[in-house]
Amino acid sequence: MIRIDHIKKRFRKLQALDDVTASFSKGQVISLIGPNGSGKTTLIKTILGMVRPDSGKIYFDGKPINGDFEYRRNIGFMPQMGRYPDNMKVGQLFRMMKSIRAKDDTEIDNDLVIKLNLQTIYDKPMRTLSGGTRQKVSAALAFLFNPEVLILDEPTAGLDPLSSEILKAKIITEKNKNKLILITSHILSDLDELTSHIMYLQDGKMQFLKDLQTLQDETGEIKIGKAIASIMKHEKSNGRPVEDILVMKREKYH
Amino acid sequence: MFKLSRYILYDIFRGKVVAGYTLFLLIISMSLFNMEENSSKAMLSLLNIVLIIIPLISLIFSTVHYYNSYEFIELMLSQPMSRTKILLSEYGSVSFSLLFSFLIGVGVPVLIYSFDATGMAMLFTGSALTMIFSSIAFFASIKSKDKARGIGSVLLLWFYFTLIYDGLILMILFAFSDYPLEKLTLLLSSLNPIDLGRIFIMLQMDISALMGYTGAVYKDFFASSTGIFYCLTIMILWAGVPLWLALRSFVKKDI
Repeated sequence: MIRIDHIKKRFRKLQALDDVTASFSKGQVISLIGPNGSGKTTLIKTILGMVRPDSGKIYFDGKPINGDFEYRRNIGFMPQMGRYPDNMKVGQLFRMMKSIRAKDDTEIDNDLVIKLNLQTIYDKPMRTLSGGTRQKVSAALAFLFNPEVLILDEPTAGLDPLSSEILKAKIITEKNKNKLILITSHILSDLDELTSHIMYLQDGKMQFLKDLQTLQDETGEIKIGKAIASIMKHEKSNGRPVEDILVMKREKYH
Repeated sequence: MFKLSRYILYDIFRGKVVAGYTLFLLIISMSLFNMEENSSKAMLSLLNIVLIIIPLISLIFSTVHYYNSYEFIELMLSQPMSRTKILLSEYGSVSFSLLFSFLIGVGVPVLIYSFDATGMAMLFTGSALTMIFSSIAFFASIKSKDKARGIGSVLLLWFYFTLIYDGLILMILFAFSDYPLEKLTLLLSSLNPIDLGRIFIMLQMDISALMGYTGAVYKDFFASSTGIFYCLTIMILWAGVPLWLALRSFVKKDI
């Protein structure tokens, strides 16, 4: 479905993506994990064509994306921070999106709109919404057109527990419909029930892309958080894990 | 393209800025026309206000709008839409709403009190300046990294076009006053749309007789149809070139 081929991207001093090669196919839920500034969002933006790579190519359904935009018809994207025109009303935003993507009403997936109770705020201007509510709007928009690929950047950050559960349930439903879902998140416990593959990025380099089963077998841990931590302990080449630094600090003060 | 502009326009018109700007222009022009007994005197005062206020507001409003819509543009880029279309919709909506304010705020009083060649020249120049400076603002804000730099650079541009450029021209004229400079000043004025607009309007007024030999040369040129056509072309270039440059860098830009 999506093939990333030796992508490199540099922002002045920062090597945001360093020779990343990966391949994602239908039915997978890929969790992009890595410390802040490891290149997760850049990778997502490159797939969406917002960031142009310095070298390398991205293939969507076998076709290279190169400045065209039609392939994005098959992608639903939920940004990390949704900000919308201040005076636009929620209902108008949905109407606008529908007119841009021009799909029949039968193909529209209103599931999240209903479950997150967004119709009740259709008349409210965007500027009056709280951060969490805007996040809900973003989520509903990403799923609205029933796309084959869903790209969710920090989907559960800022959502209340109830909405977060609704969103997770929706992600699982879509996964079962054989869709490709890409998630970045720092809340690893959220990913436990969703993910099928883990992609770990650090300093722009891809450390590994493994399915959950292999990862659990290799590390002997069931929880993703612990599995990642145990891998980080074994690979000390790239910086020290947090625990080590804490130990060092403690030693220094005593 | 109009699908997107419709919603952006709605958003802009719901904000208070456009209404405030329209009202401000309306109050100024109405009071000028009512205070001065002679409408051509009022036009002269209005001219100076229009040439300073219109570029400033167009620059600032377009820049602020661009930065405030940044995340929205980001979201639009994740949709099946071309970048050119997105930027043109933004530019179209912003310049249309500014144009609307100008035509209501200045256009209506001018049509009521001074419906003649000067009035028409004023409306043409004001509209052209609106389009030109919002296109310059889009180019400057796409090129600058953050909001502070963007607003800073458009303010500098405004200073340059309204004050610094005139100073430079005066210096040149002073230094080379022994030579015939009529053709040169004509060329130099084309390099600043505000100057070009000012000359274009002044020459429709009767005061050009006071400007001596240069004034006569100008009058000869701008009153002819070639002159009007020349002016129109330069104004279109001033709006088109920055917009084209903005589009070119927006298409390549990493959002």
